[in-house]
Amino acid sequence: MTASTPRSINSSAVLGVSVWVGLLVVFSHWMGRQAYHWLPVQASNAAPLVDGLFSFETAIGTFVFGAVVSVMSWVMLFNRAEKYDETDAIPIEGNTRLEVIWTAIPFVLVMAIAVYAMRVNHTLGVLGPMEHIHAHDPIEMQGGYPGDRLPAEQVEVIARQWSWEFRYPGANVSSTELHLPLDQPVTFRLTSDDVLHGFYIPAFRIKQDVIPGRAIDITLTPTREGRYRLRDSQFSGTWFAANQADVVVESEDGYRVWLQQASGLPLRAGVSVAADEYSQRQQQQNPGWATVPPAPPPQVNVPGSLSLPHDA
Amino acid sequence: MTSATFPADPKPPAGWSRYFGFSTDAKVIGIQYIVTAFFFFLIGGLLAMVIRGELITPAADLVDRTVYNGIYTMHGTIMLFLFVFPVLNGLNNLLIPTMIGAPDMAFPRLNTAAFWLVPVFGFLLIASFFVPGGPAMAGWWSYPPVSIQNPLGHWLNGEFLWILAVALSGVSSIMGAINFVTTILRMRAPGMTFFRMPVFCWTALAAQSLQLIGLPALTGGAVMLLMDLSFGTSFYRPEGGGDPVLYQHFFWFYSHPAVYVIILPVFGIFSEIFPVYSRKPLFGYVYVALASFIIVGLGLVVWVHHMFPSGVAQWMRDLFMATTMLIAVPTGVKVFAWLGTIWGGKLRLTTPMLFCLGGLFNFVFAGITGIMLATVPIDIHVSNTYFVVGHFHYVIYGAAVMGIFAAIYHWFPKFTGRMPYEGLGKLHCLLTFIGANLNFLPMHPLGLMGMPRRVSSYDPEFTFWNVIASLGAFLLGVSIIPFLLNMVSSWIRGPKATHNPWNAIGLEWLLPSPPPVENFEDDVPTVISRPYGYGTGQPLVEHQAEIEQRLTLQEAAA
Repeated sequence: MTASTPRSINSSAVLGVSVWVGLLVVFSHWMGRQAYHWLPVQASNAAPLVDGLFSFETAIGTFVFGAVVSVMSWVMLFNRAEKYDETDAIPIEGNTRLEVIWTAIPFVLVMAIAVYAMRVNHTLGVLGPMEHIHAHDPIEMQGGYPGDRLPAEQVEVIARQWSWEFRYPGANVSSTELHLPLDQPVTFRLTSDDVLHGFYIPAFRIKQDVIPGRAIDITLTPTREGRYRLRDSQFSGTWFAANQADVVVESEDGYRVWLQQASGLPLRAGVSVAADEYSQRQQQQNPGWATVPPAPPPQVNVPGSLSLPHDA
Repeated sequence: MTSATFPADPKPPAGWSRYFGFSTDAKVIGIQYIVTAFFFFLIGGLLAMVIRGELITPAADLVDRTVYNGIYTMHGTIMLFLFVFPVLNGLNNLLIPTMIGAPDMAFPRLNTAAFWLVPVFGFLLIASFFVPGGPAMAGWWSYPPVSIQNPLGHWLNGEFLWILAVALSGVSSIMGAINFVTTILRMRAPGMTFFRMPVFCWTALAAQSLQLIGLPALTGGAVMLLMDLSFGTSFYRPEGGGDPVLYQHFFWFYSHPAVYVIILPVFGIFSEIFPVYSRKPLFGYVYVALASFIIVGLGLVVWVHHMFPSGVAQWMRDLFMATTMLIAVPTGVKVFAWLGTIWGGKLRLTTPMLFCLGGLFNFVFAGITGIMLATVPIDIHVSNTYFVVGHFHYVIYGAAVMGIFAAIYHWFPKFTGRMPYEGLGKLHCLLTFIGANLNFLPMHPLGLMGMPRRVSSYDPEFTFWNVIASLGAFLLGVSIIPFLLNMVSSWIRGPKATHNPWNAIGLEWLLPSPPPVENFEDDVPTVISRPYGYGTGQPLVEHQAEIEQRLTLQEAAA
């Protein structure tokens, strides 16, 4: 960067810098491609957009970082004071043209990134992953969820300390494992019974805080069959880390079959790692510091499992 | 009208004992701040070792989950409120009066009070480990409703003490900020106009102005939290009609600018140290100085970027993304200015210089992940994951703490009169740089893979990077040993320092090492040129040659 202002144009220096910049560009491009592999599998229609943006910024970031480190390394290698050289260097107090350039280029660059990201935001909003917040509706407080006023695939997500419950109001099914049909838009209505939670499915690149006193709608379309993890992403107390659930994306037919079978199953205790660990903890002499007791495991048709291998 | 007369101060005790009393001398208070801060740094570091010990295996098997939550909460709180802020205030106390030629701070007694609040709220915070139910366990953000759940229902609980400590910390910081701002505005040496002021003072002025603007919001938010916790109000309780997200606005309106309160003085340290060891003037001094205030302005309007997944409107997401990204511009101006400073210099890779170069490396990396985090769609995926933890540890440890170490090594001879040992210093620098990168780089892939922060257990696929991070953390733990050895032994028996061992330019280097109580007393030199005149041959002050000759003669006679 600063190499571009020699007092007299030195052709070998220009060539050297150009070759180095070219190498950096190639390396940055390669890093941008690599960036996709650092992320979980893409399992929703939001994922390719997010990953594309991340790859783009990784490439730009690699170039900027590489350029800065190149300058630092050059200086540390070749601009060291000789031993016993106590003199000062040639005093250069500044260069207004350079200042303008290195203010303008980052400005244009970050604004370009911001505009690109806003467009992705907008697309994501149209696709669904943009929340719609409702003031608390007394109907939901009573546990009534009339299926007729909701979109076809509507799942109610109830977050608690520390379990996730999923209700399918259309089929009158409840579960502690989230099942979703492939390539079908699905709307989640997120509510919390107690504190803040975070509805986070890394494979879907989606995250939304669940806020007590509000119902938040969020829509997405799963695009890949598999088993993924849903994790609580907003700290919720003692068993925060164990507040996970599995998300199963299956074919439309498979999903219908699952829903059909589930509706015939009797209610029983769902998965709650917190409730299990809490009962063990109560038997210990000195269990640790004070904790809020976990909510009882929700009564569901399908408890599901957390022990099967998951894709992401 | 009668003029107020204060009783003459009793003669301050000399020697070691003055560090244990209520001194009003900024140089004593500065060292009190720094030593106290490092005491708490060791406690916070020990907690970090427990955290990384727990996370070296996927299961929650080292400590109980409640203990883990308490420990990570206290780690963050101690490191911010009892280490970083006090250590920077220590540097402010040492450097601001000596750099601008003031005899002391503007309000010496206020200064004493501000410092002595630190051990008081430090004691409160540490005491919360021993109250029924344990310390606060809701993270250093202390988001309600989880922070006000108070499972035992006892009025004396960890969260109560936590809020009290944070509020007292705010009071102490406001007292400090008033003092630093007034001192810089009113007590500069003759001839030291704003554009002849060292950049460290510019950044301190910017950072302390931010404290004055932002802290009332945090204090107000904390008072409401305390009312909700202890007196049954419903500011944030949804069941009483309150809004938990409201707290997040109060909290981040201060706590995002707080990051600039930390990093701006470190930019100041970089701007002081790069010229000295490159033997060149600071490149674009005026731009670097002004960029601090642009960062202040922008820093006040970015706080919602901490809340992108919290349930904020789309237009807010877009707006705050744009303002956040704009911060890269003034920050970039500074980074390029430092590169311009070292470019073509005559580098001396001393310990402070190596710490600054390492800190710059880490800071640029953190800046790039910062842009990623500002980008809303990426942030939705990585917010509240280890990606964020990695990012801010690169900023706070990788850049800020390394800058603080650089400052300590650089100004150690000035304020103790002894030289620190170079070998131990370089070992400390190497271990810190490797340890920090080994510890914090693996957090980025973990976050991208989807590992949430603040977890006491995790899925087995995250094991590999967590083991590496833990090993890096233990290396960081070890890195502090050569530092402590160096500080203690060189203070006791290091070689005597001259008034200007680094051949640096600045008013503080025209004072004896250590400086007398009143610094220049009535004999303040008149500043006649800009700082950092390396290689220009221009003297900084009138009669500079005579002043230096007198100091050299004094040193020869001693």
